[in-house]
Amino acid sequence: MSQNRREFLKKAGLGALAGLGAAAGLFPAFALEQTDMSSFTDKPVPGKVRWGMLIDTRKCLGNCTECIVRCHHDHNVPDFGKSKSEVKWIWKSGYENAFPTASTQFQNPEVLERQVLTLCNHCSEPPCTKACPTEATFKRWDGIVSIDYHRCIGCRFCMAACPYGSRSFNWEDPRPKVKELSTAYPTRMRGVVEKCNFCSERLVKGELPACVVSCAENALTFGDLNKPDSEIRKLLAANETMQRKPELGTLPSVFYII
Amino acid sequence: MIEKALKGGRGYWTWVAFLLVVIGLGVTAYARQMTIGLGVTGMGRDISWGVYIAQFTFLVGVAASAVMLVLPYYLHNQKAFSKIVIVGEFLAVSAALMCMLFILADMGRPDRVLNVLLYPSPHSMVFWDVMVLNGYLLLNLVSGWAVLGAERKGVAPAPWVKALIYLSIPWAFSIHTVTAFLFAGLPGRHLWLTAVLAPRFLASAFAAGTAILILLTFVLKRFAKFDAGQEPRLKLAVLSSYAGLANLFFLGTEFFTAFYSNIPAHKHSLQYLFFGFEGHAPLVPFMWFSLITGIISVSVLLSPPLRRKNGALIAACIGLVVSIWIDKGMGLVFGGFVPTPLEAIVDYMPTATEISVTLGIWAIGLLVLTMLLKTAIAVKTQE
Repeated sequence: MSQNRREFLKKAGLGALAGLGAAAGLFPAFALEQTDMSSFTDKPVPGKVRWGMLIDTRKCLGNCTECIVRCHHDHNVPDFGKSKSEVKWIWKSGYENAFPTASTQFQNPEVLERQVLTLCNHCSEPPCTKACPTEATFKRWDGIVSIDYHRCIGCRFCMAACPYGSRSFNWEDPRPKVKELSTAYPTRMRGVVEKCNFCSERLVKGELPACVVSCAENALTFGDLNKPDSEIRKLLAANETMQRKPELGTLPSVFYII
Repeated sequence: MIEKALKGGRGYWTWVAFLLVVIGLGVTAYARQMTIGLGVTGMGRDISWGVYIAQFTFLVGVAASAVMLVLPYYLHNQKAFSKIVIVGEFLAVSAALMCMLFILADMGRPDRVLNVLLYPSPHSMVFWDVMVLNGYLLLNLVSGWAVLGAERKGVAPAPWVKALIYLSIPWAFSIHTVTAFLFAGLPGRHLWLTAVLAPRFLASAFAAGTAILILLTFVLKRFAKFDAGQEPRLKLAVLSSYAGLANLFFLGTEFFTAFYSNIPAHKHSLQYLFFGFEGHAPLVPFMWFSLITGIISVSVLLSPPLRRKNGALIAACIGLVVSIWIDKGMGLVFGGFVPTPLEAIVDYMPTATEISVTLGIWAIGLLVLTMLLKTAIAVKTQE
């Protein structure tokens, strides 16, 4: 290719890009990704909403992994096939692993053998967001602890700060390791941290999180913890529940009925 | 002035060439890490920091120890240190540089490193660490270089240099305090969640860093015919011994609190490091070697007749550096992740790539130190 032709193609490409950018700015309808304004009818008031989840471990029994499969598929969570580089958003842990400081002496053996669903707790006082040096992970107005994958520098401070092991890092390029590509949520790139986002991409459309709707046993209840008449608050008031490591003062938004 | 670093004998150039080869090895390994990702290291979901962050932690201490020369010389007029203050300052420069390179090597997206400055987050200890480390590097480089330049011209340094030097004294304490706060503020990591971590970091830094300075004076005497003299070495040995003693004392208090209180979470990491935990004991021989070598080295440095013998002094200094390197450059970081938040015991083993990058960064630091010290000694001996 001659030098002139290459130069011309370069400039033509730049011009086309600039034109697209200007068009998108002048005519919002041309923007590549549209914002659904109906989702923002009310101006969000920080602290007004606090999404939370209640997991009934009495109903979540057996070897069912429907919620895990659905979540990991919808969110394009890669499968590296080895625990060292594992990326996971929601998974099952042993009772004593999930609640290491809970009383276990002379406990009902059936309870001790239970597998408990573990995921990001979306803490009200998250230690991870405090540790982040770039505000790449932050607490949203609705209590969800979110990550900006485009800002994360991959220092993994949030992983050291999280007392629940809820965060995963992309040690290698995750895209080739996504089994079946989903269009519900973007893929991530190598070198950034990720975790459960309480399905914020579904909440904005008025849908419940993928794990909640996929559970055949209705073991998961999702709702606004700040709304006294929400179903989750009624269940919390009517049952004895636990949070993971409450002594750390992180105020998890995920609760468990044992 | 730096042109003086380009004039040297065969030994000097052999050393520089050796360092360049090691740097080349490190760059090659880093290229592999950049191509494949941090998956080429031994780090993983559970042990998410490894040798890079451990070296960083150790080297912040080395950088901070320049204050062990600057403080007695400038605040207490200890003339014995006049010849080697510059050695401490330039050691601080190269150590701080290595710290930053280790942080960069550990990052998943080094291309976004400037985000730390673009989105300043005062609630994050990393933000403060980046600030104080860069500041400390500049303070030492500028003040050291200015004093040396004045010495070359045979004039007194400009008055503003004094201000920078005085500022560098509290700054030295700040860099290691902030580095300790990186770890000590994280809930659920019980080995780190202790108020004594910052004092212990300072104590181990002043012990190991000062020992490195003593060793450097021997190296300069042997290879550069530049003798700092016996007096400053012995004074440094006393400082190093007391700092080493304080470090051992702090370690003892950690053991007391964990094992007397008998709280399982507080004991687990120490059990893993020193006795093995649930059948996992990869670091046990290292930790005991570190502890015993530390005790012997500090005892030698504390004894006036022993520390006057050059052989014993050198051996004790090497012992103390190795002891603290194992404790801080391995045990503290790896042990802090065990058990994991989900009570799993996961062992960590660095890979060849990771070790090559580590050696490469050490070689870059040594090359910078070599060139800076070569310049300093050429000025001082008026070559």
